[in-house]
Amino acid sequence: MWGGGPAAVKIFGRKDRDRRGPEGLWHTCRDCGEMAYAREFETAHKVCPKCGFHERMSASERIALLIDEPDKFEELAPRMETTDPLQFERDGLRYQEHLARYQKSSGLTEAVVCGTGRLNGAEICLAVIDFRFLGASMGVVVGEKITLTIEAAVERRLPLVLVNCSGGARMQEGMLSLMQMAKTAAALRRLHDEGLLYVSVMTDPTLAGVTASFASLADVIVAEPGATVGFTGRRLIEQIVKQKLPDDAQSAEFMQERGMIDLVTQRRALKELLTRLIDLYTGVERSAPEADLEGQEVTAREQPRAEGKS
Amino acid sequence: MATLEFEKELVELRGEVEKIRDDRGYKGDREARIRELEFELEARTARVFAALNPWEKVQLARHADRPHTLDYVDLIFTDFVEMHGDRHFGDDAAVVGGPAKLGKRRVMVIGHQKGRDTTENVKRNFGMASPEGFRKARRLMVQAEKFGMPVITLLDIPGASPVLEAEERGQAWAIADNLLEMVGLRVPIVVTVVGEGGSGGALALGIGDRILMLEHSVYSVASPEGAASIVWRDHKFAEEAAAALKLTPPDLVKLGVVDRIVPEPAGGAHNDFELAATLLGEVLMEEIDALSGKDVDELLAARQEKFRSMGRDAVAPV
Repeated sequence: MWGGGPAAVKIFGRKDRDRRGPEGLWHTCRDCGEMAYAREFETAHKVCPKCGFHERMSASERIALLIDEPDKFEELAPRMETTDPLQFERDGLRYQEHLARYQKSSGLTEAVVCGTGRLNGAEICLAVIDFRFLGASMGVVVGEKITLTIEAAVERRLPLVLVNCSGGARMQEGMLSLMQMAKTAAALRRLHDEGLLYVSVMTDPTLAGVTASFASLADVIVAEPGATVGFTGRRLIEQIVKQKLPDDAQSAEFMQERGMIDLVTQRRALKELLTRLIDLYTGVERSAPEADLEGQEVTAREQPRAEGKS
Repeated sequence: MATLEFEKELVELRGEVEKIRDDRGYKGDREARIRELEFELEARTARVFAALNPWEKVQLARHADRPHTLDYVDLIFTDFVEMHGDRHFGDDAAVVGGPAKLGKRRVMVIGHQKGRDTTENVKRNFGMASPEGFRKARRLMVQAEKFGMPVITLLDIPGASPVLEAEERGQAWAIADNLLEMVGLRVPIVVTVVGEGGSGGALALGIGDRILMLEHSVYSVASPEGAASIVWRDHKFAEEAAAALKLTPPDLVKLGVVDRIVPEPAGGAHNDFELAATLLGEVLMEEIDALSGKDVDELLAARQEKFRSMGRDAVAPV
């Protein structure tokens, strides 16, 4: 039911490194298989220069993409960890040890990084979920930190941006994971009652309990091109109906056509789009000079309307 | 009748009691023998049920003969009128609901609905609700708020419908909208898991002021099979997953997710629908009475705090 999952993390982490070659000079696209200069790929914010495939970003890369001075990003609850409420174990492997492995491989303490910073001058509350950490599954820490971010936005009357991503609920924390859906929804109810803006950015993949709670309870839903967005993971659907789904089923573009997403936006245009949305919905104008927008310019054709049909 | 492996000896014993009761030519003290066997049945039922492991408890919660939502509606409520349709796309028979009377009180009762036989199960998609079902539920909740009726929900769902059509019509969006609605609904809500509380599809009817579970129900973040295929990479480890997930009522009371356990008749609700309904009905009446006297703003603040605190003790450092 809660598709995606840790298997994909390992594949992504290992292959991503291997394919770059020993010198890290080349990047091979996970989608088209074409090689490109790694530097060119990084400069394009991990978008394949050949086919436009949007590779997953880490939380710190995402913060660097969106926040004016990333080193001034004020992080909330940076060291929060789970206490393993279920004392979960699989084949003798304790959940805490399992987590320690992911902490080591990702350099993160948990799957979400959150806090406040400036986006083209406008102060925002931002949380970013990182797929490398246990498939970005939602347990108590993800739920708690997302809730703290929402509450910070309410308290400081700031726009809220959540860059969402998740394979689903964290099995190892059982029902407490499921209850994070309720907790985040309750916090968002207060935010909406207060007339504050929440923009959800759905990145690859946004599934299951996260989509069925805070990721979709936004004023504006933006998705990245090609991102998988939905409730039930593809693998499970295919098992149940015993046939293969079309390749584009549950893609951001597919879900946009069905009315679930406002905008499918290229990564290079994301910061500018968020800036404009904050301005339009809240009237908070950017205080940063235009020069700060370097590398973020977008053409009139690309920017305000939905993209991704290419 | 479907009989689970661990129920067999109890069903046999029960059959024996019935046989003697019907045996007019029984030699000896028939009544004494029946009393003796019934005493034995009671003792063995208690022994078998005390020894059930979590996987067996999952099977019990899914028992094909267990009373479902409409059975409870029939036995507990009066004047129920079932309402249909989400006003957007269709009517999902996996979710039922409508206004009814609980004692003298007007209430809105909404629940997941499984089928009793194959034909009904096909009609009701084995209780796996679609977006239309969740949206119908939401429509009725909004009505309940408008007309000042407390909401009673009964949860019994393996999981939300896992098909592409449900995705295309916004399965996740429908569930999320219900969560947002329920956290702020200005009437009391009492939630009871009556069978299988399966993940997000259960939670879509599962936010309330009081969360109850029937003694032999389960409530889980995912089905044990689903959790096994994620954590163990093989659904065959469902038994291990069932034990690890902490999905039984006492486990969930301990975790602070569930407020109260509603007792069932000996041997499970399927052995005595009427007694099961009486036990649940009394509790619902008591819970609704207690909530109905409260100030709405205080009720909502308490509901917010209830869900705000879920898992608060499970994070460190705060």
